[in-house]
Amino acid sequence: MMIELEKIIEDFLSSRENIKKRVIVCAGTGCVANGSLKVFNTLIDVSKELGIDAHIELKKENSGSFFSKSGCQGFCQNGPLINILPAGILYTKVKPEDAKEILEKTVKDDELIERLCYHSGNTICKGQEEIPFYQKQHRIVLKQCGIIDPENIREYIANGGYLAARKACMQMTDKEICDVVLESGLRGRGGAGFLTGRKWDITRKQEGTKKYMICNGDEGDPGAFMDRSVMEGNPHSVIEGLIIAAKATGADEGYIYIRTEYSLAVERMNRAVKDATDIGILGDNVFGSNHNFKLHVMEGAGAFVCGEETALIASVEGKRAMPSPKPPFPAQSGLWGKPTTINNVETLATVPLIINYGALKFRKIGTENSTGTKTFALTGNVANTGLIEVPMGTTLRHIIFDIAGGVTDDEGKINEDNFKAVQIGGPSGGCLTKEHFDLSLEFESLKKIGAMIGSGGLVVMSKHNCMVNVSKFFMQFTQNESCGKCVLCREGNKQMLLMLTDITNGKANEKTLALLEQLAKAVMAGSLCGLGKTAPNPVLSTLKYFRDEYNAHVKEKRCPAGECVNLLSYTITDKCVGCGVCALKCPVKAITGQKGKKHTIDTPECIKCGVCMTSCKFSAVERG
Amino acid sequence: MTSNYSKFEAVCCILEENNFDKSKLIPILQSVQEEYRYLPAEIMSFISSSLDMSPAIVYGVATFYSHFTLNPKGENIIKVCNGTACHVKKSAAIIDAMRKKLGLKENENTTKDMLFTIETVACLGACGLAPVVVINENVHGQMTAEKIVKLIDETMGAK
Amino acid sequence: MGKYLTINGKKLEFRDERNLLEIIRKEHIDLPTFCYHSELSIHGSCRLCMVEIAGRGVMSACSTPPELDMEIKTNTEQLIEIRKITIELLLANHDRECTMCAKSESCKLQSLARRLGIEEVRFKNIFHKESKDISTYALVRDNGKCVLCGDCVRFCDEIQSIGALGFAGRGWRAKICLSFERNLESSECVYCGQCSRVCPTGAILPKTEFRGVWKALSDKKKKVIVAIAPAVRAAIGEVFGVTEENGTEIAGKIVTALRSMGFAKVFDISFTADMTIIEEANEFLERLGKGDDMPMFTSCCPAWVRFVEQYYPDFIKNISTCRSPQGMYGSIARRIMPEVLGIPKEELVIVSVMPCTAKKYEARRSELAKDGVIDIDYVITTQELALMIEEAGLRFGNLEASAFDMPLGFKTGGGIIFGNSGGVTEAVLRNVMNTNGDESEEFNFVRGENGVREAKLKVGTRELKLAVVHGLKNARKVLRDIRADKKRYDFVEVMACPGGCIGGAGQPVYSDLAVRKKRSKVLYENDKIMELHKPQDNPYVQKIYKDYLENPGSKKAHEYLHTTFKYRKRFKATLEIFKSHLEKSININVCVGNNCLRKGSKEILKHIIGDNKFKDNVNVQALICLEKCSNGPAVKINGKTFEHCTPGSVENAIKEELKK
Repeated sequence: MMIELEKIIEDFLSSRENIKKRVIVCAGTGCVANGSLKVFNTLIDVSKELGIDAHIELKKENSGSFFSKSGCQGFCQNGPLINILPAGILYTKVKPEDAKEILEKTVKDDELIERLCYHSGNTICKGQEEIPFYQKQHRIVLKQCGIIDPENIREYIANGGYLAARKACMQMTDKEICDVVLESGLRGRGGAGFLTGRKWDITRKQEGTKKYMICNGDEGDPGAFMDRSVMEGNPHSVIEGLIIAAKATGADEGYIYIRTEYSLAVERMNRAVKDATDIGILGDNVFGSNHNFKLHVMEGAGAFVCGEETALIASVEGKRAMPSPKPPFPAQSGLWGKPTTINNVETLATVPLIINYGALKFRKIGTENSTGTKTFALTGNVANTGLIEVPMGTTLRHIIFDIAGGVTDDEGKINEDNFKAVQIGGPSGGCLTKEHFDLSLEFESLKKIGAMIGSGGLVVMSKHNCMVNVSKFFMQFTQNESCGKCVLCREGNKQMLLMLTDITNGKANEKTLALLEQLAKAVMAGSLCGLGKTAPNPVLSTLKYFRDEYNAHVKEKRCPAGECVNLLSYTITDKCVGCGVCALKCPVKAITGQKGKKHTIDTPECIKCGVCMTSCKFSAVERG
Repeated sequence: MTSNYSKFEAVCCILEENNFDKSKLIPILQSVQEEYRYLPAEIMSFISSSLDMSPAIVYGVATFYSHFTLNPKGENIIKVCNGTACHVKKSAAIIDAMRKKLGLKENENTTKDMLFTIETVACLGACGLAPVVVINENVHGQMTAEKIVKLIDETMGAK
Repeated sequence: MGKYLTINGKKLEFRDERNLLEIIRKEHIDLPTFCYHSELSIHGSCRLCMVEIAGRGVMSACSTPPELDMEIKTNTEQLIEIRKITIELLLANHDRECTMCAKSESCKLQSLARRLGIEEVRFKNIFHKESKDISTYALVRDNGKCVLCGDCVRFCDEIQSIGALGFAGRGWRAKICLSFERNLESSECVYCGQCSRVCPTGAILPKTEFRGVWKALSDKKKKVIVAIAPAVRAAIGEVFGVTEENGTEIAGKIVTALRSMGFAKVFDISFTADMTIIEEANEFLERLGKGDDMPMFTSCCPAWVRFVEQYYPDFIKNISTCRSPQGMYGSIARRIMPEVLGIPKEELVIVSVMPCTAKKYEARRSELAKDGVIDIDYVITTQELALMIEEAGLRFGNLEASAFDMPLGFKTGGGIIFGNSGGVTEAVLRNVMNTNGDESEEFNFVRGENGVREAKLKVGTRELKLAVVHGLKNARKVLRDIRADKKRYDFVEVMACPGGCIGGAGQPVYSDLAVRKKRSKVLYENDKIMELHKPQDNPYVQKIYKDYLENPGSKKAHEYLHTTFKYRKRFKATLEIFKSHLEKSININVCVGNNCLRKGSKEILKHIIGDNKFKDNVNVQALICLEKCSNGPAVKINGKTFEHCTPGSVENAIKEELKK
C-alpha cells in the first residue's frame, strides 16, 4: 500500500501543536513495582479535579496536558520516574501525594519542584540531560525509549520512524542493504557477535521464494532486560528493523518471539504489529513496493535455550526447543526447512539508524571491530542501576564510576573498597576484576579473557559476594535450562553443580577443583550448542581470577565473603542483654530466650539470613 | 452439581481459533493453561487427539517449558526473582524463609491446603529493586527474609 | 578431479559421503556413537564421535559434512578426555548392575567403558532406580539404563510414524517416556520392538519368557512342542559365529538343540506359512472376483495389524482375515495335534520361536483364543533361543543337524521366504499365478530393499497391481494415498520392520544393513535348494486339509485358520463435564475423539448441558473414545451406544431414558 509518511507526520504534528505539556510516567516494571501506576492514576484524577471544566471539555482535542505510559528509561531504583515535556523535566521517586503539586506547579506554571529532581552531589538536575547517569551514556537505540509513546505509531513516524524502512523497500536493492549493514560493521547483539550484514547476505543468496525472519526477544539471561525495554519502549523500531531485514534477505514472513514473562512487551508488540498492519506498513506490498511482509508475535513458554537459533526455530514450530547440530544452518534450512534469519531485538532496533545515517556515520561510534553502541543491564552494588547504552569499547571504569556513580557498600553508600568483580554476560559470561577496569569492552577483548558481552548483563559484585557461590548460582541456572539433549551439557552441568555445592558446603578437596576444571573444559569443547559451550564460562573465569577463594573453601572450609551459609554459623555472645529484638526479627523463630537473659540460636533451624546480627544494638551476634 | 462445561467449551474454542494447527501447540497450551491454571493430563490427551498428534509429543512440550505446569497451583502465587541481581542481594535467604514459613518440603512448591504456590523466576527486570518478590502480580522490592514472612501473614489474613 | 581431505595425516578422497563419520568409518576407524544410525536423522546428542578439525576445533563427525582440504584428527588427547568424561558422566547416572543386565556383553556403554579404560567414575553417583515397565508381553523398559540417545524416539517416529516414545522434562531431569509417563500397555505402541534393536544399552529389551519354557520342559507331566519361524535360521548363527549359505544346516542344528533340551516335537512355522498362503491366495482370488474390500492387505505382521486397528479403522475390512503363520500353528497345534501326535490335550505345552516381539503380543490376542484359552503358551525370540542354547551348554557350531518332525516340519520354499519383506507376496503369486496356469517360481520384482515396491502383472486378462511395503511410516503413506485415491492396488503386503521378519526385534541385534541383506539372502538360497516351491504342493498341508479342514476357505478352514480384527483406541481419556449430585442420574458419555468432535459432538454437549436443560439429572462425561469413528458422533446413554447422533436425537434419547 502506498503510504504518505509525510502526511502522517504533518497530521500528527498539527494535532500536537496545541498540546502544551506532556507528562510521561514511566511504566517499566521497576517503576511499576515502585508504584508508578498509582502515580499515573492519581495524576489523571487530580488533573480532572483541578481543572474539571477545561479538561472534560477539551478531552478529545488539542490542549491541556497529555499523559502517556512509556517504557523503561533505565535509572530504575529512582522510580517512579516522570518526564515532563517539552520542558524536559525529570522527576524521580514520585509519590501519588506529589501529583497535585506537580500539576499545579510544574504543569500549570512551569515551576520546578526541586525536591523531586535528581540530586547529583549538591547539584540539582533538572532533566535527563543533566543527570550524569544519562549524560555519560551514548543513547541511540534507547534514545526514544521513555520519550515517545510506544502505543502510538503516528508518534513514532513523526519522530522519523519508518523512513529507513521505506528507503530500504523503495530505493535499495536487497544486496545494497546487506552491503550497507556489512559496511557498518554491525554485529549481532545476542551473544556470538556475528556480522549482521554477512548473516543476511547468506540468507539472501539462498534459492527459493519462501524465507523467514525471526526476531529473538526471548531474553533469558537472568540479569538482563534491555530487549524488554526496547520492545516495551520503542516496539516500532524493532518492526522497522525487521522490515529492512526481510527486504534484504527476501523473507516475506516473520516472527517476533517474546519471553512470556514480558507481558507488557507482548502487549505492546502485538499492538504495534496491528497498528503497522492497519496502516499498511506490514502486509502485502510494503510501502507500495512489490515486497510483502507478514509479521506474527509469538509468546515463548520459558526456555533459556531458545537463545540458540535452532532451538528457537523448533519452538516456533511448536516443538520442544532442543537444538540440532549445525550444519545445516538456519540460513540454509531453518523454520519449516526454509532459509531463515534470526536477529536479536537490539540488533534489529539498530538497523534503521544505519539505513538512515549511513554506514560510515555508524562506524564512527565504537571501535574498529565492534562498531556502534551496546546496551547493558547494570545492576548490583553501584549507586545507579538500570539500563545503559554506551559505545562499544567503553571501559568498565567509565561505566562503574561515571555512569553508575560508583561502587556502593551494602547500605548503599559510595565505597570503592567494596568492589570485588563485575560479572558480565550472565550465565554464559565471565568475571572482570579491578585489573580490567581499563579494558575496552568489545567482542574480541572480552573473548580473550574468557568472558563475553553475551546478552549484556553487568552485575557489580561486592566484597560480600562469594565468587564460588556466584558460579554455583549460574550453574544452577544453566543445568536447569539445559535442554537435556546432549550428554556433556545435561550430565556435565549437573555434576559441576554438585561439585560447586560440595565446595560451598565445605565438603570438597583439591581433587574436586582439578576435576571441576577438567569437566568444565570438556563441556565447553564438546557440547552440542551454545548454551552448553558457554555454561562453563562462569566456573572457569572465577577459577582463574578467584582461585584463592576456591582454595579457602576447599582447604580451610571457610567462605571469605561470608556468604556460603553452610560454612557460617551465627552465635549470640555474652554481650546479649536479652532485649529480644533478634528473636522478634528472626523470620524462622530460631532464636529463643527469656526476657533479660542471654538468648540462643537454634542452629538447625537458622537460615543464616543475618537479620539478628544487623538488628542487634549490642553487637552480641557474631558470625563465624 | 458441578459443571466443567464452560472450560471444556473454551478449550474447543481455543482449538478452533488455532485452526487445529499442530504447529500452534505452544499457544494452544498457553491458552488452555490460562483457562485451567494448569494443564490437566486428560485435557492434554484431548488436545493431542484433536490435533491428531502423538500424545507423547504434547507431553514432551508441556514438560519442556518452564511456563507450563502439570499440577494445580495454589490460590496465591508468590514469585521470587532469582535473577543475578536479586541473587547477589540474597534472594536465597528469602526463599528459605518462605519455605520454612509455609512448611514446604524439598521439591514441593504448593502448600497442602492449596493456598500458596511459590515459584522462582529468572529476572523480572526490576533489578534496581532487588531482591524482588511478586505476590499475586503485586511487585514488592527490597525484600528481606523478615519482610516476606510478614507479607505471607498479611496475605493469609486478607483471605 | 577428486576431492581430498586428511584424516590423522592420511590424505583421502571423498565423494558423496554425507558426513565425516561415514568417511572415518570407511577408513576402518571405529569412532564410537550411540545416537548415529544411518537410517535415522542426525541427532548429535551422544558427543562421542567428536573429532578435531584444524581451524575449527572440536566438532561432531556425524553432523559435519566433508569439505575440501579439511584436516581431521580422531584421537587426540583432548578427544580421548572428552570421550572418557562423557562415558563417566553417563555411568554416574546409570544403573551399574551390569552383571544382571540382559544386555551385558552386547551393551555399547559397557564396551565403550572397557575400550576407554575407565577404571573409576570420578563423578558423584546420582542414579535413582525406577521401577521397570513390564506391562506388555513384548518389551521391558528400564529407564535406569537409558542414555537418552533418542534412537528409540526417532525410530518410533521417523520410521514407524507412531511416536509412542518421546522426550519429557529437560535438563538433568530429561527422560524418555511414554505420554504422561503411562506404561507401554496403555500407549499406542504396536510392539514392533525396533526401539529395542536400536537401543545401545539395556533400556528397552524384548521381554523374555524362556524361563517358563524351561519350567515346562522339566515338568514330567508335560509334553512341549515347538515351532521355529523361517527368519530364525537366517540369524541365530550370528550369535555363535556360524555362517551358512542357505540356512538348512543351521535349521538342522536348531532342531538338534531343541530336541536335546527336551522338546517333544520340533516343527517349522514355514509349514503353516504354506497354509497361510493357500488360505490367503484363496481369499484374495475370492475378493478379486467380487471386487469387495480391495485392496487386500496381508495379516502376517501383528504390529502392522495393530497399526491399522489403531489408526485406520476404515481399512480393517481390507486386512486378510487369515491368521498369521504363528496363529495357524497355534490353532492346529492346540486343536488338531493332540489327536495326530497322540498327546493328551492337557499335557501339551505349545511354544513358538519367533524373530519378533509383536508375536508375543499376537499370541495373546483374545481373537486368537478359543473359549478364553490361548493357543500358544510361550513365544520366545531368536535371542531367547540362543540364550537357552548357551544356558544348556550346547556348542551350537558343533551340533549335528537333524530333521524336523512331521507333519508340521515339512515346507515348501514359499513358506521359507516368508521371512523376507516381499516373501509373502512372492509366495502368494506362486499360488495365484499357478491357478492361472503360470508356472513361474521366482518373482524378483517384489524382492529388494526399497520401502515401497510396486509391481504390475497380468493374471489372465486382468492386470494386478501389487505393493510391498516395510516400515510403518511407508505404510501410512500408502494408506493415505489409497484413501485419497492417488494409488490403486489389489494386493498390499506390509511388514512393520525394515526388511521384514529377518530384521525383527527378536533377532540378534544388528546395526549394519549388510547383516540384514545377508539374512535375506540365506532365505532366498534356502528356497532355491528346496524340492518344492509352491505352497499348494505341500503334501502334508494337503493332508491336513483333507483330514480336518475340507477346502481352502471352507467353513472349517475359517474356524481354524481365520480371525477377526477390531478398532482399538489409541489411548483413553475421560473428561468430567457435568457431575450430578443426585444418586439416581443418567450417565451420558459423549465421544470427543477427533472424528466425532469434527462431526459435531461439541454441539451435542452444548445442547444437552450448555443451557442446563436436564438440571441435576445427568452425569456427563466427554470420552476419547467410543470407537465408532466412522459412525460418529457417538453417544452412550446409560450403557447404550447411539451412532450418528445429533443434538436433537440425543435430547430425545435422554428424555426417553428419563421417563423410565
